[in-house]
Amino acid sequence: MSTATATTATGRGPLTDRLLGGHPQRRVLFLLVGLLVLFSAVRVISGEEALTSSSTFSAALLLAVPLALVALGGLFSERAGVVNIGLEGMMILGTWGAGWAGYQWGWVGALIGGAVFGAAGGLVHAVATVTFGVDHVVSGVAINILAGGVVRFLSELVYTDNPAGGGVTQSPPLASRPPSFSLPVLSSGPDLLGDLEGKHWFLLSDLAGLLRGVTNGVGVLTVLVVLLIPAAYLVLWRTAFGLRLRSCGENPAAADSLGVPVYRLKYTAVVISGALAGLGGVFLVFIATIYREGQTGGRGFIGLAALIFGNWRPGGLAAGAALFGFSDALQLRSRTAVVALLLLVAVLLAGVAVWQATRRKLTQAVLAGAFAAAALVGYLTIDELPEGIVSFTPHLTTLLVLSLASQRLRMPKADGLVYRRGEH
Amino acid sequence: MTVLRRIGLALLAPVLAIVVALAISGLVIGLIGENPLTAVQVMFDFGDTPAQQTQAIVVILNRAVPLFLAGLAVSVAFRMGLFNIGVEGQYRLATILAAAAGAAVALPGPLRILLVIVVAMAVGALWAGIVALLKVTRGVSEVISSIMLNFIALGTASFLLTGPLRGSEPGASIVTTADLPESAWLPGLNGVFSVLGLAQPRAELYGFLLVAVLVGVFVSVLIKRTRFGFDLRASGMSPSAATASGIDARGMVIKTMLISGAIAGLIGLPDLLGDQHNYGTEFTSGLGFLGIAVALLGRNSPLGIALGALLFGFLDRAAIPLQFADIPASVVTIIQGTIVLSVVVANQIARRLTRRQAERGNAVAPPTTGDGGTGGGQGPGGGPPPDDGPGSGTGPGISTATGDAGRTDARGRAEA
Repeated sequence: MSTATATTATGRGPLTDRLLGGHPQRRVLFLLVGLLVLFSAVRVISGEEALTSSSTFSAALLLAVPLALVALGGLFSERAGVVNIGLEGMMILGTWGAGWAGYQWGWVGALIGGAVFGAAGGLVHAVATVTFGVDHVVSGVAINILAGGVVRFLSELVYTDNPAGGGVTQSPPLASRPPSFSLPVLSSGPDLLGDLEGKHWFLLSDLAGLLRGVTNGVGVLTVLVVLLIPAAYLVLWRTAFGLRLRSCGENPAAADSLGVPVYRLKYTAVVISGALAGLGGVFLVFIATIYREGQTGGRGFIGLAALIFGNWRPGGLAAGAALFGFSDALQLRSRTAVVALLLLVAVLLAGVAVWQATRRKLTQAVLAGAFAAAALVGYLTIDELPEGIVSFTPHLTTLLVLSLASQRLRMPKADGLVYRRGEH
Repeated sequence: MTVLRRIGLALLAPVLAIVVALAISGLVIGLIGENPLTAVQVMFDFGDTPAQQTQAIVVILNRAVPLFLAGLAVSVAFRMGLFNIGVEGQYRLATILAAAAGAAVALPGPLRILLVIVVAMAVGALWAGIVALLKVTRGVSEVISSIMLNFIALGTASFLLTGPLRGSEPGASIVTTADLPESAWLPGLNGVFSVLGLAQPRAELYGFLLVAVLVGVFVSVLIKRTRFGFDLRASGMSPSAATASGIDARGMVIKTMLISGAIAGLIGLPDLLGDQHNYGTEFTSGLGFLGIAVALLGRNSPLGIALGALLFGFLDRAAIPLQFADIPASVVTIIQGTIVLSVVVANQIARRLTRRQAERGNAVAPPTTGDGGTGGGQGPGGGPPPDDGPGSGTGPGISTATGDAGRTDARGRAEA
């Protein structure tokens, strides 16, 4: 999709090598520690406790889960070579399915209902793109339009004059909520982490906030979703099924010649993709305990962006989902804390400027420096952002992150290409 | 014979699609226990008195004008294989800023209208330009970035509306910008009805209809008869071949998105100048997304888009009467969605039929050339590009080429 003008790999400077070289695991570790220190410093400087409070982190986890599910859905579909812009529509279908099944049969019903509705959307996409060879983006856009109409229609049909409640734009509340738990001693009972967080110490309290946020009152299903990410890795990269599926996304003609059932695998992948996106919708319904029209708010697209940001890999997409979930949570928790994000952006961009300068890329360095200065000025002059502006924090973050990271990414080779047997 | 066959093949896809969509929608209506035929009857029932009938026509046309512009905006980018999904944000932001500028700056009437149009086009182009810039410099997929910019534009618009550009009384249930003065209202075209000897409808037919027609002709000429249009279509059909022939791919992305965004900026103006006279919380939304559907329906040709816009206008008008007949209004959205989906599928089938025929050695020229992308490169009657031939892709002459030839041609056509 993107005609990235690939930068030629120039030699890394010593600083770059120290930070980005070596084993990937070391790199990730460096990155995480660096981010934590940065956040901690920004929190201390700005005095915005919401930036790293456990409530923000638990909200972030809650909001990252639907994104991660959508991104996982996108992973299956795009690894099989089908671009899936229709994830948003499938997510919308999932929310409706969850609301409808959930008010009758509780949370288990909601899970199944959402997955089935999402999978149905995936099936439509598969029929259009695989069987009929329609352009993938076109089909996805059509599904997004169609999904909005279908759920409104179904709501009008099922919920008007329904004794259980609900209306044209919403379902009756769920019959039961999914179970949740807290880690004993650390996050509940004595709540050691909570105490530590309350001290507001540099670094330690932030770490405590993070840990408490992801261990206190966590839904059982949330844990399952987190486990789905390594599971997806194992399925796609460590099984024969996964290898065949990925071969459809890299070189379908070659796969076909080796006897891989390309069409069938693409169908399977896109239907799985729809089911996962639908499950993403289910989690949104769990958060609100009710289906509401427009509940997805473009999260299907953000999930897709998380997938792209994550370079079409499970670990990367999890990082993307966490990032966007966090900015979403921050935006919902505190409008003043979003301003503190500007300081963070300023620091990060200043770092980029220095890094580019060491690589003797002066234009990029100056550009990054200018943006860093602008962000700093913004932080110093703005007290509180108005609601309209704050509402798009996750989207702006997505855009910024993508524009910084897009060039290093590599999508599956045959992603988005229509494959017709015998025509290649 | 060959001409007949060509026309048949070109019409096959849309007709097939509409038949399939109607069948599916009929099935849906049947499933909820209503009579599909009643629905059809309601849709075609324009009222009893002549005034009601012309009123229905005005409602359809007034809805079709912005849809047509939205379809055009999307199609210009589509032609190059770019997906401008950000039309929604582009027109919303453009409309609110244009409305505010028009109300704030003191100018005599016609100049004020011109200012509104220019501001709207500039804002739309700038907003789309961000997408293009991110694509060519940072390699960000335009699909994702334009979607994200939609949310940013809508958030910004709602901030502007409730904050600095608020013109309505505090506490009013509908927040709007300040009203345009009456001199800046674009007069309607209801005179046409008296000339034709028809009854006067209640509503005014938008004067912006004429502007939309002009834009349509301009786009048609730009795409089919200019050097720029040739480069654009070449880039859409085969980016690598276009680059090899010397077309500046990055420049084309930027120019195309600027044009697409400028047209997108116009989408809100029919309603703004002809009816609402301010931008408010109740301003028509969703036109950008419908524009994608209309562009797909019209297979990217301005004439096809006009027909698609009329069809969607017709369906939208039916929403309220359908509700009176106890049929959910969302049936309309379902019909629209299925039409789009079946149109893209039918296009694909028609293309395959054409190709099979060509492979059999028939002398029939394929009406649609496969670009692998946007569902049928040229519209019906497209034919081979009437440009100055293959060696034309080099260098600096692009802007001059789009200039003279294109403009004079546009005028000639408009008069004809």
